[in-house]
Amino acid sequence: MSIKFSQEQLNKVQEVIARYPEGKQKSALIPLLHMAQDTFGGWLDAPVMDYVAELLHILPIEVYEVATFYSMFNTKPVGKHLLEVCRTGPCMLNGSDEIIDYIKSKLGINEGETTPDGLFTLKPVECLGACGYAPMMQLGKNFREHLTKEKVDALISELTAKAGN
Amino acid sequence: MKLLLQNAHIEGIRFYDAYRKNGGYQSVEKAFKMSTDAIVEEVKKSGLRGRGGAGFPTGMKWSFLAKPEGVPRHLVCNADESEPGTFKDRYLMEFLPHLLIEGLIVSSYALGSNATYIYIRGEYAWITDILEQAIAEAKQNGWLGKNILGSGFDCEIYVHRGAGAYICGEETALIESLEGKRGNPRLKPPFPAIQGVWMRPTVVNNVETLAAIVPIINMGGEEYAKIGVGRSTGTKLLSVCGNVNKPGVYEIDMTISVEEFIYSDKYCGGIPNGKRLKACIPGGSSVPIVPANLLFKTAKGETRMMNYESLSDGGFATGTMMGSGGFIVLDEDQCVVRHTMTLARFYNHESCGQCSPCREGTGWMYKILKNIENGQGKLSDIDLLWDIQRRIEGNTICPLGDAAAWPVAAAIRHFRDEFEWHVLNPEESQRRNYGIAHYADPLPMVGAV
Ligand SMILES: Cc1cc2nc3c(=O)[nH]c(=O)nc-3n(C[C@H](O)[C@H](O)[C@H](O)COP(=O)(O)O)c2cc1C
Ligand code: SF4
Ligand code: FES
Repeated sequence: MSIKFSQEQLNKVQEVIARYPEGKQKSALIPLLHMAQDTFGGWLDAPVMDYVAELLHILPIEVYEVATFYSMFNTKPVGKHLLEVCRTGPCMLNGSDEIIDYIKSKLGINEGETTPDGLFTLKPVECLGACGYAPMMQLGKNFREHLTKEKVDALISELTAKAGN
Repeated sequence: MKLLLQNAHIEGIRFYDAYRKNGGYQSVEKAFKMSTDAIVEEVKKSGLRGRGGAGFPTGMKWSFLAKPEGVPRHLVCNADESEPGTFKDRYLMEFLPHLLIEGLIVSSYALGSNATYIYIRGEYAWITDILEQAIAEAKQNGWLGKNILGSGFDCEIYVHRGAGAYICGEETALIESLEGKRGNPRLKPPFPAIQGVWMRPTVVNNVETLAAIVPIINMGGEEYAKIGVGRSTGTKLLSVCGNVNKPGVYEIDMTISVEEFIYSDKYCGGIPNGKRLKACIPGGSSVPIVPANLLFKTAKGETRMMNYESLSDGGFATGTMMGSGGFIVLDEDQCVVRHTMTLARFYNHESCGQCSPCREGTGWMYKILKNIENGQGKLSDIDLLWDIQRRIEGNTICPLGDAAAWPVAAAIRHFRDEFEWHVLNPEESQRRNYGIAHYADPLPMVGAV
């Protein structure tokens, strides 16, 4: 995979940089890292981070420092679908531990692991701001809330079937 | 009484047309006829206190903003909302995005911010889209851009998405993050009002605070101040979670009792499955947990009310705090040790690592709590925990250290017997939800109606 944004994306990059004062283009770093992660396989490999550094005229180390600080940036490969289940207090009160255990046994993986087919990674995370709709997980750009074992079953079947096509 | 959410049920209110038809953007028209000083004066009169957690008077904060000649100033809206139990800003932005945009335009005008940023937590990705759409609509209709309504005032609003870091809710960490750096809090002074983002004077306010500017301008600061009680003026959003029948976001005018809030069908609707109330953390995970008996009555025997003063009555010995309004309810089957352990893990995960008391202390607290929870603790561990939390509090660059220490301190203060029970009953303590029967000194449970 060649590491280069499309022309349309490059236009977006310029638009994002223009939101900040002149000379302060480093402010666009986090938005650009989101774009890069979404585009280049769901994680930030070193060459991807170097590319972002080049776009912003900053040092690669400035990008690495930031990428490793924020929990949404993956600095290691992840499965096609990242199941990020919240386990903080309020979710725990509503059974998030049971949901995490259920996913572990259903997929045969531990926390932080990916299924052998590369489809699913399970990542327990801390409060995502959905405490009243617990238990919950983040899947891509969206939240799945009021989780039950049945909902987990349906979700995993749906995503597995999609991958089969 | 509702001031912010009164129109939330109207169909299509998320979009410009319905919002405008129902009185939206009138505060901007009114504000542009006022001087910027007069707007700050109205906000001062309203008694509005910051809704992000610290409760600092907003009008006073605004009047501290430095205005050096030729240096741009910025308003930054704090939509990082990552305090466990808190999801009120999400509700506002998701269902009433134009209310926030309207408040931002008025506030930007009052403060002289031509470029205003909404710093939103990275996980709220779909809300970023909702806000950007609302901004585009507002711009199309002439409420943003150059020379708005012929006022001579230019303003743009940009949404800046974070990437998962609770600490970026702290205002100086937020500023660092907005500059494209790690979210390490800055030493204060200088305060953001003097040197904030890009070293320019900056005001950081919470989403709910900035939305409240709209009713304040519409009705006038004095009228706003008549709602509520004492120094708790206006309305407050609360996000309710844990063991209640009706979790969700509620707007209250701070004159109702805590008991009514929990048991009334208008609000939380009581505890599910006929269970009894055990404890509550009324203002987000950082504020002290209080047992049911201290929740409904203060130590003086007065009815505890849902406002800043009453919730904190008795200090940390018997009271708690309004905080961010994240209202967490624990029923009789919940384990305080386990709950506290998840919070300790949270703070350990979120510590930026700059100060050793916070970096090391949160790690130790998590480890010890995990041992106790898993039946591998010693009685001396409880005193050790107490000692560690005491050494963190007040010894760090930013208040995250305190926020990590307080929940542990309060849990031990009020539920020490439960910690001891875990140590003395190691086999059973590995079970979850071990129930009130194992609670050494059952609380006098109140209000099981
Ligand atoms: C660790 C930490 C996290 C915080 N998180 C938030 C947050 O998510 N949202 C928020 O509005 N304020 C948060 N604050 C408070 C901000 O530092 C700041 O006081 C607030 O945004 C000011 O706005 P206000 O005066 O309108 O409340 C946090 C503070 C600390 C110490
Ligand atoms: S108290 Fe904790 S989070 Fe705050 S600056 Fe120090 S190490 Fe970082
Ligand atoms: S505790 Fe899980 S979303 Fe807040």
